[in-house]
Parts: sequence; C-alpha cells; structure tokens
Amino acid sequence: MATGQALHGAGGKVANFGIIAAFAAFAAFPFAWMLITTFKRTGDLLDPNHNPFLYSQPPTLENLRVLFNDTLFVRWAGNTMFIGVLVVLITLLIAVPAGYSLARLTGAIGEQLGVAMFLTYLVPPTILFIPLSRVVSILHLQDSPWALVLVYPSFTIPFCTWLMMGFFKVIPKDVEEAAMIDGLSRFGAFVRVILPMSIAGLLTVVIFTFTLVLQEFVYALTFISSAKNFTVSVGVPSFLVRGDVYFWGSLMAACFIASVPIAFLYNLFVDRFIAGFTVGAVKG
Amino acid sequence: MRLADDERALSRVLLAPAVLYIALLVGGPFVLAIIYSLTSISLGGHSFNFVGLQNFQAALRDPSFRRALGNTVLFAFVSQILVLVLASVLAIALQREFRGKWLVRLLILLPWVAPISLGTIGWLWIFDSIYSVINWTLRYLHIFGATTWPIWLGQPKLAMVSIVTVQVWRTLPLATVILLGGLSGIPQDIHDAAEVDGARFFRHMFQITIPLVLPISLVATLFGFVFAFTDMIVVYVLTRGGPFDTTQVLASLAFFKSVDGGDLGGGAAVALFLLPVLAAAAVGMLHMARRAEVT
Amino acid sequence: MATVETKNIRKVFQEHTAVDGVDLQTREGEFLVLLGPSGCGKTTLLRMIAGLERQTSGDILIGGRVVNEMPPRERKIAMVFQSYALYPHMTVAKNIAFPLKAQGAEPKTIDARVKTAASMFGIERLLQRKPRQLSGGERQRVALARAMVREPDVFLLDEPLSNLDAKLRHMARDELQQFQRRLKTTTVYVTHDQVEAMGLGDRIAVMSAGKVRQLGRPQEVYDDPADTFVAGFLGSPPMQFFENDGALVGFRAENLLPKAVYSSNEPLVSFWYRVTRVEDLGADRLLYGSLRDLAPDTKMIVNLPSTIHVPLTPGEAYEFACKVNDLKFFDPKTGLRIPSRPLRGKA
Repeated sequence: MATGQALHGAGGKVANFGIIAAFAAFAAFPFAWMLITTFKRTGDLLDPNHNPFLYSQPPTLENLRVLFNDTLFVRWAGNTMFIGVLVVLITLLIAVPAGYSLARLTGAIGEQLGVAMFLTYLVPPTILFIPLSRVVSILHLQDSPWALVLVYPSFTIPFCTWLMMGFFKVIPKDVEEAAMIDGLSRFGAFVRVILPMSIAGLLTVVIFTFTLVLQEFVYALTFISSAKNFTVSVGVPSFLVRGDVYFWGSLMAACFIASVPIAFLYNLFVDRFIAGFTVGAVKG
Repeated sequence: MRLADDERALSRVLLAPAVLYIALLVGGPFVLAIIYSLTSISLGGHSFNFVGLQNFQAALRDPSFRRALGNTVLFAFVSQILVLVLASVLAIALQREFRGKWLVRLLILLPWVAPISLGTIGWLWIFDSIYSVINWTLRYLHIFGATTWPIWLGQPKLAMVSIVTVQVWRTLPLATVILLGGLSGIPQDIHDAAEVDGARFFRHMFQITIPLVLPISLVATLFGFVFAFTDMIVVYVLTRGGPFDTTQVLASLAFFKSVDGGDLGGGAAVALFLLPVLAAAAVGMLHMARRAEVT
Repeated sequence: MATVETKNIRKVFQEHTAVDGVDLQTREGEFLVLLGPSGCGKTTLLRMIAGLERQTSGDILIGGRVVNEMPPRERKIAMVFQSYALYPHMTVAKNIAFPLKAQGAEPKTIDARVKTAASMFGIERLLQRKPRQLSGGERQRVALARAMVREPDVFLLDEPLSNLDAKLRHMARDELQQFQRRLKTTTVYVTHDQVEAMGLGDRIAVMSAGKVRQLGRPQEVYDDPADTFVAGFLGSPPMQFFENDGALVGFRAENLLPKAVYSSNEPLVSFWYRVTRVEDLGADRLLYGSLRDLAPDTKMIVNLPSTIHVPLTPGEAYEFACKVNDLKFFDPKTGLRIPSRPLRGKA
C-alpha cells in the first residue's frame, strides 16, 4: 500500500534508503562517538596517529570508574532527579487542571488564554535570567536546588498546559456529561472520569517535563555556584574540564549516560507530543 | 450551587494557579527586565538609577554588540533554512514504511532529546583542535596534508560553520517529526487523486504535498527560529563566543555582560533586543496556525 | 471510449486475499456497478483498475491494451473518491484545471475546458472558492467536474454519494446517471448501497469475499440470484429462506400475497401463513409471522402493498400464495441455485 507521496521504483527505494541512512548517521554519530570514547584509554585517545575509529589499545572501564568515583557525577544526577521529581509534581498539579479548564470550561476566552499560555513558553530564559537571579537572591535561594525547583515550572507549566489542553479537547464531552448524570459533580467528573482516561497524556507530561528539566542550562548556570549543587547538564561541561585539561573519556561517558536512556522513554511518547502540537497549533 | 458544579467558578479555580505562577515567574521578571534595562543596576550593587535608554544606546554603539546581533541573525536564519530543507527531505523519505523504522526514528530523535549541553560536548570532542575525528578522516583521505588542518573552533568562519552545524543537528529532529505529522495528516486520497490526475513526482511534490504542509512547517520553523535566536548553549559550550568574540550571539553576550561582567542593566538591554524578533515570530506563528488548511 | 477488462485478477495483502480471481468485462459506454458489503474487495479492485494498487497476479486491460505496467496517469482514467479528495489549498477552478495542467495543456484550452466543465455541473459561481467553503453536494460536483475535464476513456467512482445526506443523494444519483448517459463514457462504480446499484447500473457485479458472485442487469440479479449470498444481500428485507426436502427455498417478502388476490388461472404455490404482528407503514403493510405447516419456527416477513385491503388479524392463519416462478431453490451446502422442484408436504 502506498503511503503518502513516495518515490517509486527500485531507484526510488535506494535513494530513500540512502537519505535515511545519511541522516541517521548524522544524528547518531556524536553519540556513537561518545560510546567509543568512553572505553578508550587516554593514551589511545591522545595519539593523533591512532585510527580514532578503532581501539589501538585494549578497551578499559577506567573512565567510568573515574566518573563515578572521582567526580560529582552521581551527586549531579541525584540533584537532577530531585529537582526533576519536584518539578514534575508541581507541573502536574498546576498544568493539568489549567489545561482542562482551558479545554472545557472557559469557552472562547479559553482559546485566547491558551494561545497566550503558548506564547509565554516562547519568552526565553535569556530575557528572564537576570531579573530572576535577583528574585532568587531576595528569597535567599542562591546556590540552592530549590531555586531551580521554583523557577523551572515557569517554562514547564505553559508547555504542559498547552499539551494537556490538546489531550482534553479530543476526549468527547459526552463522557463527562454521562458521568455528571450518573451522579458526579463537574469537578468529580474531571477527577474520577477524565483523569483516568488521560493516563497517556499525563505520562507524556511527566516525560516532557523531566526532559525539559534535564536539558535546562542557563538558569542552573546562573543560580548555582558550588560544584556539589549543579545539575548534570551544567555540572558535566563545567567541572569535568579542569582549565584546559579535558577528561575526554569520562566526559563522553557522562554525556552518553545522561542522554541516551531518556531518549528511549521519550521516543515512546513523541507521537502524542506531535499530536498535541498539531492539535494545539492547527486547531488552537 | 457548590463550587464543584459551578462551571465559571471552577474554571477560574483550576486555572488560577497556572496564571498566578506564570504572572509571578514570567510576567513579573519580564517587567523587571524592562525596568533593569532602563537603569544602571549592577551585580551586588544597590544603585538603581534610572538612565533612560542609555543602556540601549550604549549597546548600539558597542561593536561587539553589533557583531553579536549580526551573528545571531546569521546563525538563526542559516540554521533554520537548512533545517527546513533537510527536514523536508528527511520527512518525505521517512513516510515510507520499512522494517526498523522505530530504530531510525529513535536515532534521529536523539539530538533533540539529549541535554543540549551534553550533545554539544560530544561535538566539542569531534571538533577538537588536535584529535578531531573529522580532521583525522580528512588527512586519511589525503584532503589535507599531515601538517596543515582546519582548527574548527579556532578560526572565526569555521567556528560559525561548526556552531550552525550543531544547531542544525539539534533542531532537525523536532522539525522532522512535526513535518512528518503534517505529512501524515494529508489524506491518502489526495495523493491518489494527484496520481490519477497525472501529476508526476515534482508536480505532486511542489503543487500538492509542499503547499499542504506549508503552514505546519512554517510553525515548526518559527519555533526552531525562536530557539536558535534566543539560545546561548551551543555557543557557550563550543566557543564561549570566541575566537575574539567572533561567534558571540545576543544571548551569550547578555550572559557574559551580566553574570561575568556584573552589568545587569546592560545585559538586560542586550537581551531585550531579542524582543521585537520574538514578537514578530509569535505573530507569524499565530497567523500560520490560523491559516492551516489541512482538513 | 474504451472497455475495462480484468483477467483472473488477484490481490493478496500479506495473509489476506482481498481480490480472488476476478474476471470482468465492461461493455462500451456501460455503467457497471461493483456492489458488495465492506471488505468484499470492490474498492481494491477499483484501485487496481486505476493503477493505485498493483495486482498480485492477472491482467487488466483498458481499451483492449494491457495496462499492468502503466502508472495511473497513462491509463486514461479519471477517478472520483469517496472523500472527493479535492485539493484543499486550491480554488475550485484550480482543482478542475489540475489534471489538464499535469497533461501540459495550453492555458487557453485549460480555461475553456474548465468553463465547460463548470457549466455542465452548474458550479460556475463557485470557481473562486476553496473546497472548505463548499457544501457536500457542491464538493461532489467539483470532483465530478475535475474527473470529466480531461475526457478520460473510463470513469472510476468510489462510493461518491456516501458522504451526502439522504435527500441530496437522491438528486445526485439522478444527475450522475444523466451525466453518464450524455457522455457515454464507460464507468465503473463502487458502492455498498443496493438502491444506488439498482438505480444506476446497466449491470451489477455483486461481490463477496474477493469474488464476483453474479454479474447481470439489476432486475436479473434481483429476480434470479445466482446464490444465497446475492439473494440475501439484495432487497429490503432480503430474500427469506426455509428448508424443504434438502433444499433451501427462498422467496421475497413482496411476492407472497393472500391467495384471494390472484386470478384463478395462474400456477400458484399456496401456504398457510400465521400472522403474529402487523405493521402499517402507509404505503405498505409489513406482516410478521411464519409458514404454519412448512416452517413454523422461521420468522417470515410479508410485504403487502396498501392497495390490498384484505383484513388480517394477528394470531390467525391465512392462506397465502406466490407464483411458482417466485420460489427459488438453492443447494444448502454450496449456496448455489438449483432447478426448481415441487415442495414436499405443502399444505
């Protein structure tokens, strides 16, 4: 069965395959490179005459040992987890009801509010980090993970409200009307009927919020100053480099470990994200 | 009527925390940023003198600002045009069903999902001045001799090329999946009709497929453009604006000015130069979204 | 002008055989309807004729030429889709012009022919609109105009009326037939709606499970079904069956009437029919009941035109009869028609 507009014939197939292979290689190469580097001995790495694609010396686990024992990587991962879990909770508590309200209760104004919500997501940290750093210092949260717990929802909430709005819009209204006739209140229908139907949407919010937290860089760089309080995304580039000395093996190991597992999770949910994006963007 | 049944009251109660949070942590700081940009406030200092548009005027006179502005525009435009073209090609190729598609999709998504700072470090190693795998390969293929090779992040033009490459690398996945979503939103009947009506590959592509995904792909592009325009991570990690400030962009300049230089007012003013472009992009996005016609 | 012919055409999707050896030949200028329930392979067959789907085996001939290797654009066909598949970003005028542009026609010719096509369907005033500003009926006309504009040898229509409401559908059916009669272009029309099929087709091919069960004029297919599937698919209510002497006997609800209604010299078969319920529908009376002696446990519906005023009381049995020729006999195992025979143990 034809899907979409496809290239025809054997030539088309080969061209298609070539294009996909080239792009996949481009996308994945840095990660493959991280993986190769992770297991290389420093002597092997730092010899420009060695073929970098091969192991000229036997592979080693030394870089991983250094990363886990001699650096704060585990601590940063813990910080990221801690902040991530709290931000996910705050986001769920605030964005899910807001998304429902915008999808169902507020009518035409809801549409506009939804759009406004989406626009706040576009306001970049670059504009906000200077005043926010002041806010953080007034609250005496400098150099504390709590500063990030406070600030991160400012971008996860707009995004996830928008996302949830898209999910709730596609659930037929009949369902909650039936629930209300069967004896639930308006709010009860939301909590007891709509939320359980939206598990997939909620999971998507969890994954995306967590990914956004994991990726955040500017706020963490600005608000945190001592090494032990950093998140992975700032700690690794800042503190696995001593002056001009790069611990490439450990550095690449850290990058790989912090990047690839979450990508697997994300991949499971990306279709819902796109659905949310297009529903929201096209019909919003 | 109880609150739980009162639609109007309920809608407000459910929405209020989100609005409040955004007002306090986006709206408030946003206004503060504007106020800061009109003052001489500095890091640790307590002076809060109103200086009018001096910060903006100073920025406009500053050659490093002008350079950063030019770089930002160049960087954002070039990277997003490349992304649009490449993502279209890739999305059309990915429409066909084949075995192992999920794996390909996972690989292609990696750069978008991975923390940008860490992915960029991967590139830092790939672009390394001595151990660059690219240079090794070029030497191996005898494109360069044993003694001369490009220093990717050390030569102004090459540094910009490197930064654009990394930005394309990390935005391409998003644009591709959004385009793919747009493509799969076109009913198969439309493609069949075009084929029966006698359209060959290019007519089909340029008169049917591309016009139909244009609105959604423009939204995706504007999205990517906003990211590229306001982001400093790639520049910060790869070059820190160097060599000699030749790759500085507005976002990184604002950061260095305010955090490293302590000039909060000046930094805020630099960052606020992003605003008109952001506003234009937002308006454009809304306009496109309204025009989307894939029914 | 051309004929369409399929020779032992098969289509297998992975495990599932969608079209299972179909031989069909249209006549010049004929309106041929492919009728069958959903999933019977009729749309797949149409798409193979169009060249949108490649057959697993067999040949397709259009105008006597084998077109197996030709892409759709070279087959001189036009197709109207169930969804109409109008290009949503183009105006009506551009939609209609698209096939001509793809052929590389002169702008002047294009203009003239778009105008002709538009006036033929009465859509001149819609030319500058976009598809989403049109009603269902208007969209359907645009789709037809786009199909006829380049004067194809064959029209292929895939349930083009199914997206219209009942009232419009009546009118559209009429227009469609007039238009086909005028152009005399060979047409293959897919539908699952027997009323459409009976009303439109010169001949009907009834399909089920990938095979053509019967090909014939509408009245033939209705009156002389080749097997129990065709008999049971056509008619509303469909043909009803009871077992008798190792055969399945079928008759239509409208063929059973009170015996008193017939003139005495017709060869009749009579039954005792026990009425359990009467529904008065205005133009007809629907009787629910059973054949008291032959098949007391099988529900049988009788459709009496309201011109027959015989009083009928639920609970009572009456003597009914039908013409000998209106009883059809089928082999219960294969479902195929067998010659008529006398009923056993009739009342």
